[in-house]
Amino acid sequence: MNFEDSPEEAAYRQKVRAWIAANAPDMSHLTPEERRPWQEGHKEVASKWQAIKADAGYGCISWPKAWGGAEGTAIDEAIFNQEEARAGLQFNYFTTGLHMLLPALLEHNKDEVSLSLIPPAIRGDKIWCQLFSEPSSGSDSAGVRSAAVKDGDDWVINGQKVWNSGAQISDYGMLIARTDPDVPKHKGLTAFWLDMKTPGVEVRPIKMMSGDNELNEVFLTDVRIPDSQRVGEVGGGWKVIISTLMNERAAFGSVSGLNWRDTMKLAKQVASWEGTAMDDPAFREWLADLYIDAEAVRLLSFRTLTSLSKGTAPGPEGSVGKLLWSGMAQNLSSQALDILDHGGLIDDPASALMNGAFQHRFLWAPGLRLGGGTDEIMKNIIAERVLGLPGDVRVDKNVPFRDIPRGR
Amino acid sequence: MNFDYTDDQKALKDEARKFLTGCSPLTVARGVLENPAEGHDPVLWARLVEQGWCGAAIPETYGGLGMGYVELCALAEELGRAVSPVPFASSIYLFAEALLVAGSEEQKQALLPLVASGELLGTVAVSEGPGVLTDQAVAAQVIDGKLSGVKVPVTDGLVAQRAVVLAQGASGAGLYLVDLTGPGVSREFLSTIDPTRGAARIAFDGAPAELLGEAGKGMELLSRVQDRAAILIAFEQLGGADRALEMARDYALERFAFGRQIGSYQAIKHKLADVFVKNEVARANAYYGAWALSSDAPELPLAAAAARVAASAAYWLASKENIQTHGGIGFTWEADCHFFFRRARHLALVLGAPRDWKRRLADRLELRLAAELAEGN
Ligand SMILES: Cc1cc2nc3c(=O)[nH]c(=O)nc-3n(C[C@H](O)[C@H](O)[C@H](O)COP(=O)(O)OP(=O)(O)OC[C@H]3O[C@@H](n4cnc5c(N)ncnc54)[C@H](O)[C@@H]3O)c2cc1C
Repeated sequence: MNFEDSPEEAAYRQKVRAWIAANAPDMSHLTPEERRPWQEGHKEVASKWQAIKADAGYGCISWPKAWGGAEGTAIDEAIFNQEEARAGLQFNYFTTGLHMLLPALLEHNKDEVSLSLIPPAIRGDKIWCQLFSEPSSGSDSAGVRSAAVKDGDDWVINGQKVWNSGAQISDYGMLIARTDPDVPKHKGLTAFWLDMKTPGVEVRPIKMMSGDNELNEVFLTDVRIPDSQRVGEVGGGWKVIISTLMNERAAFGSVSGLNWRDTMKLAKQVASWEGTAMDDPAFREWLADLYIDAEAVRLLSFRTLTSLSKGTAPGPEGSVGKLLWSGMAQNLSSQALDILDHGGLIDDPASALMNGAFQHRFLWAPGLRLGGGTDEIMKNIIAERVLGLPGDVRVDKNVPFRDIPRGR
Repeated sequence: MNFDYTDDQKALKDEARKFLTGCSPLTVARGVLENPAEGHDPVLWARLVEQGWCGAAIPETYGGLGMGYVELCALAEELGRAVSPVPFASSIYLFAEALLVAGSEEQKQALLPLVASGELLGTVAVSEGPGVLTDQAVAAQVIDGKLSGVKVPVTDGLVAQRAVVLAQGASGAGLYLVDLTGPGVSREFLSTIDPTRGAARIAFDGAPAELLGEAGKGMELLSRVQDRAAILIAFEQLGGADRALEMARDYALERFAFGRQIGSYQAIKHKLADVFVKNEVARANAYYGAWALSSDAPELPLAAAAARVAASAAYWLASKENIQTHGGIGFTWEADCHFFFRRARHLALVLGAPRDWKRRLADRLELRLAAELAEGN
């Protein structure tokens, strides 16, 4: 047990801290509004930064050299991420591609075309999105209805995807389609990658309750793609889903967003009965509770790293971390609005404290408890896979997909 | 003992529900959400005025219907349920109550009939910036009958014609009546987390101000007004929380995952049962508050704080778990879930945050215990 950097790690940290300081992109020209993810100015800075990192070998630190990585350790990568966060450089545009989809792609496909997709993704020139969820297939990720039908050497895909983060600016997508509705649902799925400009792909943004637009619906109408863009085996789509979801949950430890430090910064500026909110004993007690959860999320991510660096699969801490972290985001934004009191009502970035970041988070947090696996699904995983409790009675397991009861 | 509305009150409530179902569907709230500049729906407001709702609890001597506060609570519950985008709370629960609590006979005679008839829209302007509202946090000042300072946010501050303003006078903080359409007042639109309840930033620069109630007793008077408003708002919160729970229940019956209704999973059942229990806690405390308000019982301050704390907690839980039950669709702008989520927080903050009210509640419990000990029981 040791939570300090080893001498090598400390040296690496020092090196990357200096490098980041020397190369960090200038964000001072961005307005408060533009500092929010998915705003044009914000994305431009992110792309620039990704290219700078890629040129210096920090684009994908832990990947093998053959894939364009630096063959660093998972710990090196985590250190780099921590230092980036420390410098206020937290961008999510490339995570889906680099940490979820492309590793899964390369796990299943080793051909040259697949490999050629990597370098532009590492440089941030090409962005990837995940086209898994559908109107009737969210938690039930094997419930996909979009159909892929073989036609010569091609597949023809029809259906609808939804909640696809970043599809509106993505160059490529990885999608799951049903290739056989006559077998049980997990067995009839196949994964593909595709260029988002392929004829028949239509992306329509969804406005979320926070007012942001980075989720999308993606309609697929007679989309024709060659069999060479299949990922894994025909009928092997479920395996690809599992690979990406494992990658996703393993990545949650390093999640960005407002934390206890920001909350304290706010509390120190907000008047209370005596002094500031920071002087209020009830707030202090709440803060202590927040901190232990936040710290657990951070430290549990080290457990993931430890497993990864020993070459063993990460444990259930991914689900624990996801559950804690999204609940925390809701809790801390709610508490922040409460200490702001009447001031919590104001969400105009120009006049609210800290640019209204907490108000914005407040309206975003409900989505965090859903995306990447809902609270309920995380708890099912913990109860069933970790504690070994029996699963729910399943009516959808051993019947052909087309016979599964469906509602809306 | 009667833990229920009377038959007449029930009939009134049913009528109100029918009326609001007809003229305040969620599309009306959506209209304001999409176009927040006005901060309320004037057509809907005109309909409420026509119905005489503004005067429901205002005594007949001041031009109201004098129906009583339980009746007003019933209307509040239905308005909350409909998430109606109207300045009713500001004008009726706060402005009219401030006049009733603190106004001179002359002030009441002059203004209450106008409020009751809907000709005059009022609000209160207390907060000046982020943080708890305390005596020290009030910088606005009245000198020689002229008010200067900034109030932010003022709910319904753009549409109201009069405001009761908390400001420092020669003998400490007091309440003042100010004509918002008069000289020395500039108002700006303010974007808020619940655009269906508009707000403004109001700057006063030598605006004529008339004392309301005793000089220097502003905090005390405000607290009495807020107690009354807290009970009425608790009914709005309760109405909203009930409706959010019904939406979640209905969706859980319709939506399938893994070949089953999501409502068949215990995770969802227990979630919704928890919401139901919290709503019942809110209902119990709100009803007690309604009784205390309608009978001007000495228990009023304690009952008000309890009603507010319970209703704020219930609406928060119901509105966030309604989104959660809906999954991704619940997180969209197009779905109706966020009206309840936004309104829940608006209502929880608009009289001061729950943490403030928990403190008031504990203070009042101490008084109650001391009184019980003094009585020797
Ligand atoms: C911000 C955000 C980003 C997203 N990004 C992407 C993306 O990039 N790509 C992509 O493909 N998808 C994405 N998603 C979709 C996301 O994975 C789904 O929204 C999520 O899995 C829930 O599915 P659903 O919305 O269909 O809800 P449902 O699955 O219908 O769930 C409705 C409710 O039922 C509960 N429930 C369902 N099954 C069970 C069960 N067995 N036991 C108990 N409770 C259950 C759920 O927990 C939830 O409360 C994103 C979603 C969000 C909100």
